[in-house]
Amino acid sequence: MFSVLRQTSRSRLSLPRRAAVPAGIQSIPIFRTLITKRFTADHETVSYDDKTGLGTITITEYAQSSLGDVVFVELPALETKVEQGDQIGAVESVKAASDIYAPVSGIVKEVNEKLNDQPGLLNKSPEEDGWLCKIQLSNPAEVEDLMTAKAYRDIQDS
Amino acid sequence: MTALRTLSLAAARQVQLRVSAPNCGRLWARGLATPSSEELKKTGLYDFHVENGAKMVPFAGYLMPLSYGDVGQVASHNHVRNTAGLFDVGHMVQSNFRGPTVTAFLEWVTPSSLSSLSPYSSTLSVILNDKGGIIDDTVITKHADDAFYVVTNAGRRDRDLAHFKDKLEEWNASDRAKDGKVEHEVLDGWGLVALQGPESAKYLQALTSFDLKELMFGNSAFLSIEGFNLHVARGGYTGEDGFEISIPPAHTTEVARLLSKQPVQLTGLGARDSLRLEAGMCLYGNDLDEETTPIEAGLTWVIGKERRETGDFIGAEGVIKHLKDGPPRRRVGLVIDGAPARQGAKIFDPSGKELIGTVTSGIPSPTLSKNIAMAYVQTGFHKKGTEVQVDVRNKLRKAVLTPMPFVKPRYWRG
Repeated sequence: MFSVLRQTSRSRLSLPRRAAVPAGIQSIPIFRTLITKRFTADHETVSYDDKTGLGTITITEYAQSSLGDVVFVELPALETKVEQGDQIGAVESVKAASDIYAPVSGIVKEVNEKLNDQPGLLNKSPEEDGWLCKIQLSNPAEVEDLMTAKAYRDIQDS
Repeated sequence: MTALRTLSLAAARQVQLRVSAPNCGRLWARGLATPSSEELKKTGLYDFHVENGAKMVPFAGYLMPLSYGDVGQVASHNHVRNTAGLFDVGHMVQSNFRGPTVTAFLEWVTPSSLSSLSPYSSTLSVILNDKGGIIDDTVITKHADDAFYVVTNAGRRDRDLAHFKDKLEEWNASDRAKDGKVEHEVLDGWGLVALQGPESAKYLQALTSFDLKELMFGNSAFLSIEGFNLHVARGGYTGEDGFEISIPPAHTTEVARLLSKQPVQLTGLGARDSLRLEAGMCLYGNDLDEETTPIEAGLTWVIGKERRETGDFIGAEGVIKHLKDGPPRRRVGLVIDGAPARQGAKIFDPSGKELIGTVTSGIPSPTLSKNIAMAYVQTGFHKKGTEVQVDVRNKLRKAVLTPMPFVKPRYWRG
């Protein structure tokens, strides 16, 4: 927890406000719940809620803009046990198919059924309404090893 | 997210490279055939594209527009199907072949019947290697018995030009050229644009006094378009009515400007690929290669009837063998349930046990909202209506062999 909090203040200070990449960590002012948002080199995000133990998986804004119009999303089956790095689904645009990898280990608890009928949600709201699935983390420490918003932005800029 | 596995265009591969950055996990730039940006060529319209907000990507050795501004691939695709779009195809290789024996020469290099072709008409053809494999597909336009205009693929430029040089030397040194030699001129730097879509004739008619109703699909003419005398061929690579217009280097940008006003939209490589696949047209490198004969590729119709008997063209032996015995595999169309199947997806028999073929191009079709694909399957599984299984992400999906074109062409035939 402490390191998460430290990370919070550090990234808050160093992050200029930019619409394209939301802040790395958002603390929601209800009780002690903390949502930690991290990024992967595979252009995914995981938002870990330490109260529920669930991590919400999305693709990044950058990924959706590179893919173009998403027309089909394949999601994992509920209760699937996944290891970090496993392929758990795919996002397809007209021009390309792109695999989704589990950014964290755990069990798939929810999938965004809306994407079956409205794959375009991934373009409109990739990091919010277009979430892919929620994973019950088996090893929350994995989240901290992922990239902060700043680190993710740095690899795009480089 | 980065593993964009099955891309039919080098252009799309570039998207992956842009997404991937140093330290990124899964970077696999699969089969990237395009040289680095320093070596990439530009068409005469490069500045025009940039001015119009194009996303430029490497394709077949050129920097070409993938898309323009915020217009997505689906919107761009639909605009061509419903209205009209303008494509820069100036990367393609335009050539003139001239000389007293040129018809015979081109009937040696290709299996087409060119002596019976009318002046100012065109045919799809293939350039074959000694085994009957396809070196390139090409559109040949006859202007006269001693003059032909030939368009070949940019991605095959080096291979084609070396092959032409080789065969011309052999021809011109032989007895067959005793009535006169054949000369080959590459129209380097010339522009080539394609105006495609149901509104294209109406749009072009406003710029010329030539009655376009008289210009049928597959025919061409020199037209005066706002004072420019241009070679215009009716046809294209989308299945829609349209025109391919060849432009001298000095006027390419000016003509492109004339041809891209409302309601015409500039259209990039992304939409070009989905339009051609819906129209059942081959992309060299995906659906055709040197290991494939025109019989396997479903292009038997480009071979002149009498030429199947005479067999006096390069590669005839292999072609005639496939004609007589039947080809071992055939190009077919597929409609796949569930997920889109992309290039490289394996095709199995209905039991899912026997491997019977491979997908060569596949997309979710914007027009049909179905997953369509071109594939090669073993003869015996090639009949329409046959059910097969296609492996997408290690899961077998049901697919049905479906006749091509997937979308009905709307060519102008009077």
